[in-house]
Amino acid sequence: MDLTSFAAEVGARGPVTIAGSSTRGGPVPGVRVVSAPPGIGWFEPAEMTVCCGAGTPVAELQQVLAAAGQTVAIPPSGTVGGALAAGRSGIRRLGRGALRDVLLQARYVSASGEIVTAGGPTVKNVSGFDLCRLLVGSWGTLGFVGEVILRTRPRPPVSHWFSGDGDPFELLRRLYRPAAILWDGELTWVCLEGHSDDVREQASTLPGFSEVSGPPPRPPIRRSVAPGALAGLAGQRGFVAEIGVGIIHDSAECRDLGSPDGSPIDRGRPGDAALSGAGPPGVGLREASSRVGLRAAGLTASAAGAAPGTGSVAELHRRLKERFDPTGRFNPGVDPLNAGQPSERDNRASGTTEWRGDQ
Amino acid sequence: MPIGSVLDVPLPTGFVEELVAVCGDRVRLGAAELRLYGRDASGLTGEAGVVVLPESTGEVQAVVRICHRHRVAFVARGAGTGLAGGATPLDGAVVIVLTKMNRVLSVDPDNRMAWVEPGVLNLDLSRHVAHLGLHFAPDPSSQQSCTIGGNVANNSGGPHCLADGVTSSHVLAVEVVLPDGELVVLGGEDPEPAGLDLRGAFVGGEGMLGIATRICVRLTQNPPGVRTMLLDFASVDDGAATVSAIIAAGMVPAAIEMMDQLCVQAVEAYIGAGLPLDAAAILLVEVVGAPHTLAEQVENVARIGVDHGARTVRVAADEAERQLLWKGRKSAFGAVARIKPNYYLHDTVVPRRHLPGVLRAVYEIAERHDLLVMNVFHAGDGNLHPLLVYDRREPGVEERVHAAGAEIVQVSVAAGGSLSGEHGIGLEKRDFMPLMFSPVDLAAQAALRSAFDPAGLANPLKVLPSPARCADVHDMPEGVWI
Repeated sequence: MDLTSFAAEVGARGPVTIAGSSTRGGPVPGVRVVSAPPGIGWFEPAEMTVCCGAGTPVAELQQVLAAAGQTVAIPPSGTVGGALAAGRSGIRRLGRGALRDVLLQARYVSASGEIVTAGGPTVKNVSGFDLCRLLVGSWGTLGFVGEVILRTRPRPPVSHWFSGDGDPFELLRRLYRPAAILWDGELTWVCLEGHSDDVREQASTLPGFSEVSGPPPRPPIRRSVAPGALAGLAGQRGFVAEIGVGIIHDSAECRDLGSPDGSPIDRGRPGDAALSGAGPPGVGLREASSRVGLRAAGLTASAAGAAPGTGSVAELHRRLKERFDPTGRFNPGVDPLNAGQPSERDNRASGTTEWRGDQ
Repeated sequence: MPIGSVLDVPLPTGFVEELVAVCGDRVRLGAAELRLYGRDASGLTGEAGVVVLPESTGEVQAVVRICHRHRVAFVARGAGTGLAGGATPLDGAVVIVLTKMNRVLSVDPDNRMAWVEPGVLNLDLSRHVAHLGLHFAPDPSSQQSCTIGGNVANNSGGPHCLADGVTSSHVLAVEVVLPDGELVVLGGEDPEPAGLDLRGAFVGGEGMLGIATRICVRLTQNPPGVRTMLLDFASVDDGAATVSAIIAAGMVPAAIEMMDQLCVQAVEAYIGAGLPLDAAAILLVEVVGAPHTLAEQVENVARIGVDHGARTVRVAADEAERQLLWKGRKSAFGAVARIKPNYYLHDTVVPRRHLPGVLRAVYEIAERHDLLVMNVFHAGDGNLHPLLVYDRREPGVEERVHAAGAEIVQVSVAAGGSLSGEHGIGLEKRDFMPLMFSPVDLAAQAALRSAFDPAGLANPLKVLPSPARCADVHDMPEGVWI
């Protein structure tokens, strides 16, 4: 795919923002807008790789892949580039893997207007540093991705959702590679995929569960917590949690996950515990009521003497931005350390519009 | 053979004393140890200035701070099984050996994760959690001796990474001593930590972005069923075509490994696994999963194999037979010694559809350079491992080995492939990087490196060619010999 005109459009000077289909927050207001090219470059079913423009709608890509019995672990709606920029996995992450693992190669336009290739075209590649993973979830702050090569997967022969009131944590321990286990504090949803007879047999071990048309609607606020902390949601309502993963789709601005010993939320200095060999590194959560949201921050707090977004981790972010976009022209004002947090921008991004389609 | 020093910088006054104040008699300056730690399994030999064996994160941090204050380069090292010279110290650097930090710190069987120190051996971790029905998915052939820290540095793979992905897919968080001595945790137990994916950027950093002191790995459920199959072919092309056809049929087996005739003969003489000695190539295919998936995939693989000329399809009858077949695969490098005393192992990746053509080119290149080549590799993901076997005592043979190796790399990249699938770039392939990346691409990688290590002290001179060297892909840095 020729990215010359996209690179020219991005240029080498002045603030610029990138827009896909604005399902994840849209362009920065008041800044010149560019869009990555759409379209499938090539699809090699026998390689399980596909090359497309970052502006390609996810739905269009999935349609092309489905015709060859394949799929890609990108959540629905919006564009491929937008999904990668946001870095959020779909609700079948437990079984299908994380979004960050699908990007094999990216060609992006740098802040100086040059076309840069990151990663490689093959399904396995450790040539040089992993810039692809740096780009996934970077919210367009390091480079504007124009074209990607993605790793595809076989579409499972069958995929069924079941719902009942079973203990989701017991199901996580027992089931073999379910695609998803969701829990709203009362009901549990399980997605089983694979050979139809295997799915039928696994489903028969779910007492009281019945097949349903799909997952429940998810509330708009998205939180990321250690999966071990999800048990702290017991007795609460107003959320849908991805068991074994750690995503909470929430309707509440604040959420108290409690802790086994009844101590306050900010209990995480697990690194110390690990150092002394006294126990497992914990899954501490902090600042439930802040805009930062819930996050398993204990280790960072322990190691760097501060929470994510401060200290050395923030300094690494600053240095990376300085090197990749020294004048701060790309998506000005967007900070990856906050872009994924529950906020006004994020509520728009991760609301039901985005996620409802993931059936 | 004399070894020169690249930078030829003597250690600063008082430097060793400061290290001793931290690590005591675990600071080593003996000639034998400096020689031992002056190289890794690549055969690329450099020069260690001093060897330090820390036992805790705090000690690593203190050692790195001393290095940073004195502006002395350092190289982190695990078991030294790397094949690309990534752990070879070049400039009289401090070698920080992490093998004493070898504790499994915690295991969360419900959420399938574990915190480990970097010196834990890959196979030891899987053994440690076996009773929980779990394992660590990356399984390099060196898994009995390589460390998790080394796996993180090289983003290591292994036969079973076809279905489950290489190390980066199995690392959730890394506690890192940055090259200035600051301590950070990158990533987290939660799935979407705030900010850039620095964990992802760090994995595969080849020791140039900092030193991992604790690692949170994802553990994988053992499958309810496993079937391992051996298919043998009268031609390498038929075997290679079968690989593509299996993937094209919509299957991702747990592993698809290929061995060619010379390799089969060496392995069979070595362990007696009952491999067909007259086969031009064999495929080892492993499928895992629930019973009906297994049965269907075994049937499909067998049918596809026969359609592509498989002479026989053997399904391991029991776990003992399965283990024997895998032992054959994993013993291949040891078996080489029956043919010649030395070998040079390459690691490139090509699109699966180009396997037959690239393999033909590999044989042609070896023949033209009057060398023996054996192929044993991860065919499922197109990850070639041509082994050029030779006797170092033969005059001129090493030059031919390296000339042939360079051609194999060039052919692989020209076929739309990658320089390395799992061994990394290190020193070995550093000067091949311009085959795959433009100066602009390399500058972006250098920017990542300099963000983590502005002073350039962590494992210098690896991975990224200096701009002046881009034009000549055959040069090794002065002072290094193979």
